[in-house]
Amino acid sequence: MTDQTPEIEVFGALKDNEPSAPPRSQWRDVWDQFRKHKGAVWGGGFLLFITLGVLLGPYLWQLEPTKLDIRNKNWRPIYTLIWDSGAKAGWAHPFGTDQLGRDILAQMIYGGRVSMAVGWAAMILSLLIGTAVGVASGYFKRADFVLMRLTDLFLSLPILPLVLLAVTLFRQPLTKAFGSPEAGMFVLIVSVIAFTSWMQTARIVRGDILALKEREFILAARSIGSTPRKIIFSHLLPNVISPIMVSATLGLATAIITESALSFLGVGFPSDFPTWGKLLADAVQRMQEYPERVILPGVLISVTVLGVNYLGDGLRDALDPRIRGR
Amino acid sequence: MLNFTIRRLFLSIPTLLFISLVIFMLLQLAPGDPMAQVPLTVPPEVKQKMREALGLGAPVHVQYLKWLYQFFVIEPSVFIDYLTNRSGLLGWLPDTTLSMTTDPVTGALVEKQRVISWQTRSPVMDIVMQRMPQTLWVVGLSYVVGILIAIPIGIYSAYRHYSVFDQAGTFITMVGFSIPPFFTGPLLIVIFSVTLGWLPSIYDTTHVVTDWESFKIQFMQMIMPVMVLALQTTAQISRYMRSAMLDNLNQDYVRTARAKGLKESVVVMVHVLRNSMIPVVTVIALGLPAIFGGAIITENVFKVNGIGQLLLTALFANDLPMVMTLTFIFAILIVLFNLIADILYGVLDPRIRYD
Repeated sequence: MTDQTPEIEVFGALKDNEPSAPPRSQWRDVWDQFRKHKGAVWGGGFLLFITLGVLLGPYLWQLEPTKLDIRNKNWRPIYTLIWDSGAKAGWAHPFGTDQLGRDILAQMIYGGRVSMAVGWAAMILSLLIGTAVGVASGYFKRADFVLMRLTDLFLSLPILPLVLLAVTLFRQPLTKAFGSPEAGMFVLIVSVIAFTSWMQTARIVRGDILALKEREFILAARSIGSTPRKIIFSHLLPNVISPIMVSATLGLATAIITESALSFLGVGFPSDFPTWGKLLADAVQRMQEYPERVILPGVLISVTVLGVNYLGDGLRDALDPRIRGR
Repeated sequence: MLNFTIRRLFLSIPTLLFISLVIFMLLQLAPGDPMAQVPLTVPPEVKQKMREALGLGAPVHVQYLKWLYQFFVIEPSVFIDYLTNRSGLLGWLPDTTLSMTTDPVTGALVEKQRVISWQTRSPVMDIVMQRMPQTLWVVGLSYVVGILIAIPIGIYSAYRHYSVFDQAGTFITMVGFSIPPFFTGPLLIVIFSVTLGWLPSIYDTTHVVTDWESFKIQFMQMIMPVMVLALQTTAQISRYMRSAMLDNLNQDYVRTARAKGLKESVVVMVHVLRNSMIPVVTVIALGLPAIFGGAIITENVFKVNGIGQLLLTALFANDLPMVMTLTFIFAILIVLFNLIADILYGVLDPRIRYD
């Protein structure tokens, strides 16, 4: 051992005047950056609010959404009382009732449950497919060509016509297979949306995996004998979590919109089963007399999707280390 | 470049074949009987004969190959015949009879078997051609309007980065992304047709423009469908425009251009804009097929009888040849515009070489 410690002269400008800050975890940095993005915080908050609202709503607002009350049909929302004190409105039905006397608030809560469930399920399924394809084609060279050509093919499929096709044509067999029309439709819509929206995730994940695979820590992991499975699950996947999260928000937004579009076109869930798109579609025929029935579910869909998009925008900024700290 | 184009053209053939196979198999798997509407008094053996007349008795691969032959050989030859026989553009050419064949029994010239719609029993392509102009007018115009609005917004919000205009522009494009067309459509109808009564809520496709008055009516009825579709386009393209401009505004050549004393307008509108347009032009090309998809919903809202609405009615009526052909036309559009986008990228940006 040598005891010659080289004397490094610290120049004035380079000297730290105060001790450096205690180390911070990455996720703390991400959270701090995320908080700076006002729209993202609002968007995330609204998404949380809607999700909790549709989950807990039925316990707070205990009217049945499908209960007919023909005597109290066509109530207006509560706010019409502000300018028209003679309107049929009241706190018994704050958002009014429809032409069969069903409470619109209860329908919105149940419809939101379906829309959000479809959105989350389709998003998670599409992420699973996309990540699996992306990891497989990025990590295993032999699979790359085939999987990427497959992705290209899926990207050139006409999505909306095909989704319409699949949903219309397979409605009856799946309804039979699952016993109830709701369950059959749910499985069908979720899988159709997922199978037509995984391609972007797969491409992004593949690109990141290709770059990460050449890094030293993967080489080190391989040199100590880690199996490919271990490398993928504990070294590669944690590193691609941020692009996956960003495409998750995009996927959620698209899934909610696609489900509502299908319901709007009349190929979604069965008719007595409320979803946001269906409420909107049913109200279009009466929008001259009751415009609020179009506007309320429409605003709810739009604001939820807007919140999700803002959340994605903020996440993208927060998870990008180049932007973080600016 | 030519090499690349030819290679891509050849590569798109298997892609299209694969897509047509996917659509065809999807339709084969589907339940539903085209004879379901036939009255119950028709005896089963007659029904069976009718089924065979529709080509349903043949094995799957024969049906598929026949469809391919009809779509790729007979329909184009019908089109060529139309061009040389009746159209004003190429009518001077000698008349061709590519789509005709001599009937073995009578010896007369008859048209070869085309793709027939089960709903109307007329050739699918004839109906598509009748519906196409409405869709093209609405979709094409909305795309042009969307681009014309989006590009100035993108340029200005990038130039005044983080200004009030930029913040507002970002918010509006976010909103445009998020509001689905099946909500903006009814919303505009509620505001402009129901409350204000300015615009008609239904697009009347039988309306013929002859003079100024009828042109005004046509203009009024086109405003809402075009604006609904244009909002989506605007939201997407102005985002791309803005980020492309932002990328270029910080480049060294911009500083050089300013340093040599060019006017600010020249720097932004000539130097930066031309370079920023490269990715935007490809995005414009790539987005066009998606707009056709979005038109399905808009056409449904405003009752435009274009091809989107045709697809919906054909789906509900279980008219499989029509559905197959229309979906495949959408697929051709996507593949074609992907190809155009790739080629444009190479043509516009000399740094990109595919060879």
